[in-house]
Amino acid sequence: MPQSPFIDIKNLSVGYTSRSGKTIPVLRDVNLSITRGDSIGLVGESGSGKSTLALAAMGYFKRGLHVISGQVQFDGIDMLNIERNALQRLRGGRLALIPQNSGQSLTPNLRIGQQITEALRLHSDLPATSFDAGVIDLLSQVRLPDPVGLTDRYPHELSGGQQQRVAIAMALASNPEALLLDEPTTGLDVTTQAHIMELLRDLAKDRNLAMLYVSHDLGAIARVCNKVMVMYAGETVLTGSAKQVLLSPRHPYAHGLLASIPRLNETSLPQALDGRPPMPSETIMGCAFADRCKLADRTCYSSSPPLNHLETGEAVRCFHHDQIGQLNQKTEKSARSNPVAADKDTALSLANLAVSYSRPRLLSKLFALQDTPPSTVDRITIDIKKGETLGLVGESGSGKSTILKTIAGMVPAQSGNIILNQTEPLDTMVEKRPAAYLRQVQIIFQNPDDSLNPRHTVAQILAQPLRLYYGLSGTPLRDRSIAILEQVRLGEHYLERLPSQLSGGEKQRVAIARAFAADPEIILCDEVTSALDVSVQAAVLDLLDVLKRQDGTTYIFVSHDLAVVKAISDRVAVLYQGRICEIGPVAAVYSAPFHPYTDALLGAVLEPDPDVAPRLKADDAVELSPPNLGCPFQRRCPRKLGSICETNIPTAQEIAPGHIIHCHISQVDL
Amino acid sequence: MLIRRVLLGGVTVCIVSLIIFAGVEMLPGDACTQFLGEYQADEELLAQCRKDLDLNRPAIDRFAEWTQGAITGDLGLAADGTTKISTIVGDRLKNSLLLAFCAMAVGIPLALLLGVVSGLWRDRLPDIIASTLAIFAMTIPEFVSATLLILVLSVWLGWLPGIVLTSAAAPASEFFPEILLPVIVLSFVMCAHIMRMVRSSVIDVMASDYVQMATLKGVPYWQMVFRHALPNALLPAINVVALTIAWLLGGVVVIEVVFNYPGLGRLMIDSISDRNLPVVQSIALIVASVYVCVNLAADLLTMIANPKLRTMYMRK
Ligand SMILES: Nc1ncnc2c1ncn2[C@@H]1O[C@H](COP(=O)(O)OP(=O)(O)OP(=O)(O)O)[C@@H](O)[C@H]1O
Ligand code: SF4
Ligand code: SF4
Ligand SMILES: [Mg+2]
Repeated sequence: MPQSPFIDIKNLSVGYTSRSGKTIPVLRDVNLSITRGDSIGLVGESGSGKSTLALAAMGYFKRGLHVISGQVQFDGIDMLNIERNALQRLRGGRLALIPQNSGQSLTPNLRIGQQITEALRLHSDLPATSFDAGVIDLLSQVRLPDPVGLTDRYPHELSGGQQQRVAIAMALASNPEALLLDEPTTGLDVTTQAHIMELLRDLAKDRNLAMLYVSHDLGAIARVCNKVMVMYAGETVLTGSAKQVLLSPRHPYAHGLLASIPRLNETSLPQALDGRPPMPSETIMGCAFADRCKLADRTCYSSSPPLNHLETGEAVRCFHHDQIGQLNQKTEKSARSNPVAADKDTALSLANLAVSYSRPRLLSKLFALQDTPPSTVDRITIDIKKGETLGLVGESGSGKSTILKTIAGMVPAQSGNIILNQTEPLDTMVEKRPAAYLRQVQIIFQNPDDSLNPRHTVAQILAQPLRLYYGLSGTPLRDRSIAILEQVRLGEHYLERLPSQLSGGEKQRVAIARAFAADPEIILCDEVTSALDVSVQAAVLDLLDVLKRQDGTTYIFVSHDLAVVKAISDRVAVLYQGRICEIGPVAAVYSAPFHPYTDALLGAVLEPDPDVAPRLKADDAVELSPPNLGCPFQRRCPRKLGSICETNIPTAQEIAPGHIIHCHISQVDL
Repeated sequence: MLIRRVLLGGVTVCIVSLIIFAGVEMLPGDACTQFLGEYQADEELLAQCRKDLDLNRPAIDRFAEWTQGAITGDLGLAADGTTKISTIVGDRLKNSLLLAFCAMAVGIPLALLLGVVSGLWRDRLPDIIASTLAIFAMTIPEFVSATLLILVLSVWLGWLPGIVLTSAAAPASEFFPEILLPVIVLSFVMCAHIMRMVRSSVIDVMASDYVQMATLKGVPYWQMVFRHALPNALLPAINVVALTIAWLLGGVVVIEVVFNYPGLGRLMIDSISDRNLPVVQSIALIVASVYVCVNLAADLLTMIANPKLRTMYMRK
């Protein structure tokens, strides 16, 4: 006998009122029920209404959104018609949320301890005297180091992974029966992510939780969910068990989504889903996916497909779901551009680059005191050829962004040289660089919230480089802006929007568009796809590759996502604590022999396959500064040899031409 | 860090005083040509006067002496050569402080309250009323609103005295109730600026992820507002408040003139038209110092209240 649903959402439609007074639906007739012990993955593109649905389960709607019709029940309680106090007792109590972007979800003026204590005070029956102990207990449950010290810290003093764990600890404070997770690991390191996923899996099992897991990361979904629901344009298009959906998706959209995921065992670029989802305000005749669907025929454009419940337990919203097999033949993998020839000119060379953030104090400078901590980044020597894509991988704090910022002139180098086009030294800070150099080096940042001016419209943002470097104005400016927007799959109607009116994915696309607008020689990409949907990510990777073929643009591509780096790069450097561990052609780095750190990273990658478990080799402790002597990875290395690793800098071993591993373990044993 | 800010403030005041001094030096004529008026053609008198006022020494010397005096509170003699500037300015400063203090006491709490209320009830009746009033207060020139108030409250209704007749040297208590009308006008204007700022800051914070999270964590509404939203929303208000205070203390010329209030602003105007340059110099110096001090205090307060800045300077 099936258990009665714990979270039960019936025929829910949610919308907002547009300026013209029309009601525009964001969720359309969605059904979702979760029983205890179930964990359901909610997948879909940015803007498909995933977060709206998850928050609706808590009876919460963002400002401007309202329920058009439908019901939301939690354990039989009507969440839409409940008195405010009772609702607040449920929220964070029996039903807890782990938010998207926990860095911004922790209140900046309250200490970690205060925030968790608040949750305990509101929702647990602990006596006030044992709150402190409770907080420490929760922090250790989520395996945070030094829980006692952490309680006194403010949110901004924690790393992203730690903030996420704090958010999880806060959600667990009430001993909830149901957990809603909105992209809890997006943007975190692979190792951190893998560990958090394991933690969530254990928690769900131990406590028999009902879990709703929103993510566009299908690897994470595969790891924790037993069922998956795919949403498109505010509608459910496919539901089924994790295996059914992830291994043999029956809906063309889900099929395309899976094909757009870069995977470690493939060398080609992932396949982009062409086109973009309809805006909520567009009236849709027929199937919402029709414009992007390779199976679409005339029926698809004239009538909207119902949700078919199949005997296998799946539900599919598609007229032609039985023809899905044809898609496999129709898709040909997009070819990668060829690796650059070895005789190409060097576009950028880094010679023994070192960067340090610690400013020696005046006194120690005067007396030449040797108390300076080791440099954040050290001994970086890389030559990048014209048209080459160099991938930089490593966990947060490995100095990837620092290297990019130094090249861009935003952080001064401590020593070493940066030379553009073999002759032009980039050793000055950005303010002193000639305009020609500035245009040639563009940087795209990880977090579009920080890099886009919240008070500028998209049109204004794109106009900046176009005016500055090309002197465009009037109609040519507008035409060019629209063309650039189309390249990143945003339409003309986005021109007048402010960043706050865009979804996270849309914002990053605008930031990318702005960098492309300058038509630079070198683009420094700092985690540019980590906020994007996989399908958009595939399109951006594809776009980067197309531009590279057209103009011979050179990229330095930083990411913590090893599969993405593999897909886009010609050569990869693996960094730990600002030092190169391994560098070489992509195929060589991603296959044995491995540096122990590369091995740990690759093992932690979550594949979108429910049958594959990660191999967790090293723990995910966060190191704040590199060790003074020896190998940078010594504190976490599972294969550490002994004192030699603590005292001597590992020598560079050339495994094959151009493939270098820095480790004391001899080549044959690696 | 702290020390650096204070030093920087000190340097600013020094530079400002240098500029003031140099500016006055460069004007054609000096205190004596001014004082002697039509008699200045008499070379002997002029020379005697310059000797009396010590004008023959090099400017650098006099500047050093002037600053030394200013630090110890002795601002020297006015252009008539007999009155001590510190007495004239002192009374006026007291009056300006009194006016500023009363306006602040009414305006700041009111502004914060209105800003928070209209931010929380955004686009609803309280907000619409408060915001409309604020726009009026910011767009109508002060002398218009002041004159209107005098007309209504004083001339028609006869509730409050319309202008201040108390002499500059009178003790603070004698300014009541005459001071009330200028206070009303001033707090109205400053209230509008601060309120707009607080309102938009409250709106931003209420839309933030952490406020949404606090709500979804089950924190009751008012507790959420007071613990999670307001401490963050009011941070940016500190600097606006500081600017307003500096503006108040620096002499609100128009208001003082309209109400005949004996404050620094009016003294400044009078001294300028009398060519009483030593007094102008002193007032400019006082206003500059006030400005620097208030801003310094605001920066310090922000630093103490903002955990991000605080931890940056405290830990390691
Ligand atoms: N307050 C709002 N007013 C109007 N429209 C909104 C509002 N919030 C979201 N939307 C729109 O509703 C749709 C669904 O948004 P939602 O945040 O649920 O998407 P999502 O699937 O969670 O996306 P992401 O992966 O970027 O987080 C989007 O088209 C978005 O632009
Ligand atoms: S109904 Fe038609 S357009 Fe829609 S997904 Fe199915 S085949 Fe594609
Ligand atoms: S040098 Fe030693 S510590 Fe470093 S990776 Fe190799 S074995 Fe590990
Ligand atoms: Mg979302």
